[in-house]
Amino acid sequence: MMIEEYVREVLNKGRRIDGRRFDEYRKIIVEKDIIEKAEGSARVKLGNTEVIAGVKLNVLKPFPDTPEEGVLIVNAEFLPIAHEEYEPGPPGEDEIELARVVDRAIRESKAIKLEELCIEPSEKVWGVFIDITVINDDGNLMDAACLAATAALEVTKIPKYEEDKIIRGEYQGKLPLRAKPVIVTVAKYGRRFLVDLKKEEEEIIDTKVSIGVFDGKVCAIQKQGQGYISLRDIETILELALRKSQELKKVI
Amino acid sequence: MKGNVELIIDGKRLDGRKPLEMREVEMKVNVVRNADGSAYVRFGKTIAIAAVYGPTILLPKHLQEDKLLVKVRYSMLPFSVDERKSPGHDRRSIELSKVIKNALAPAIMLDEYPRAVLKVYVEIIQADGSTRVTGTNAASLALAMAGVPMKDLVTACSVGKINDTIVLDLNGIEDNNSQADMAFAMMPSKNRVTLWQMDGQLTKEEIKKMIKIASDACKKLYDMQKKAIRGAFK
Repeated sequence: MMIEEYVREVLNKGRRIDGRRFDEYRKIIVEKDIIEKAEGSARVKLGNTEVIAGVKLNVLKPFPDTPEEGVLIVNAEFLPIAHEEYEPGPPGEDEIELARVVDRAIRESKAIKLEELCIEPSEKVWGVFIDITVINDDGNLMDAACLAATAALEVTKIPKYEEDKIIRGEYQGKLPLRAKPVIVTVAKYGRRFLVDLKKEEEEIIDTKVSIGVFDGKVCAIQKQGQGYISLRDIETILELALRKSQELKKVI
Repeated sequence: MKGNVELIIDGKRLDGRKPLEMREVEMKVNVVRNADGSAYVRFGKTIAIAAVYGPTILLPKHLQEDKLLVKVRYSMLPFSVDERKSPGHDRRSIELSKVIKNALAPAIMLDEYPRAVLKVYVEIIQADGSTRVTGTNAASLALAMAGVPMKDLVTACSVGKINDTIVLDLNGIEDNNSQADMAFAMMPSKNRVTLWQMDGQLTKEEIKKMIKIASDACKKLYDMQKKAIRGAFK
């Protein structure tokens, strides 16, 4: 209770608990290729929030309606090490929502050239599995998760495939990409809009909108939380997200 | 590939509608006898039944909070689609349940019922696009019929972009082949947006235009919701 009151008091004075401006991200550190066993990987630190995304490729049967396209699967797990409230077990609604919004940003921006991932039409295509794992949760997992996924895709290589076998550790080339989507989550507190909430801020702010952006266009939107935004907030939120997306793109 | 199917021919959509025309809408309340509140909403071939039970005391006690806990479950019935959908909660329905809960919660006076739980069920009897918004409209009506204190009704619709044209109320084939689709819900009397989702590719200007179309459509649907409620008390 004490912490919540303090966070509110600071926000009401027009400041944030760690001294940032409302539209300022924490320090972002992106490290790529941190897991040799994965076909692609990245670690993203947003202040004390830490997320690792790993990409694995497998050969599988395509979906019947897209017989010549590779398959994208995004999964997210909040590891029990990441926060005292997280327990091991099947994925909860927050994990599923996070994975599905990141999936949308990547899929709808057509970030991966899935049409180049066909091995044998209707029979064999590459499946791109992105697993997003939260190592430490200090807020704004959505933006960190998308950064990690996009950064991991940037360095993903396709394994060699000979005589119906994947040769792990040997590669035929890079995963073909065309876009670098990022997600900017904008939160509303009273009449103010903030980005990159810390965990303590998330505890008291329950209205957020995640906006997926690539090449100046919007590729995903998800309003979150049990609050509302006004119709006239929509333009402000979009403008802030588009502006901040430029910064995020640079760190990948 | 998405966006390559011809969905608008000579300015008309495949089901004969103009771009900004809703399908036929039907709304009924008190359709499930046992429920504290219930409603049926149909957008063309998409049919949703929602039922509300509660508020009742939340047990076990350690789960109780100082405000009402709202639980929402959205599900698509096995026979509601072309290929049988296996029953149960998949990842899509878990996400949609959460999104619908977050669309309804801002309208409910949660502080009036500490330590209580409210159960909201949204069953999609038949699915032909825009199921989450059809279900949200039904759930909002069911809440009102259950006598849950609310600040406003929640009214929802979908907008999308097909063949480079912005359209209102996507049906199944349009949804599957759209360049973008957006689900939208608001509390119409105060212009409060409670559900906003989009996937596809849009510019900021297109989004603004679509929001205007969606909010205008919601105001019409709002009148229909109010009429459906009034009809029950004649």
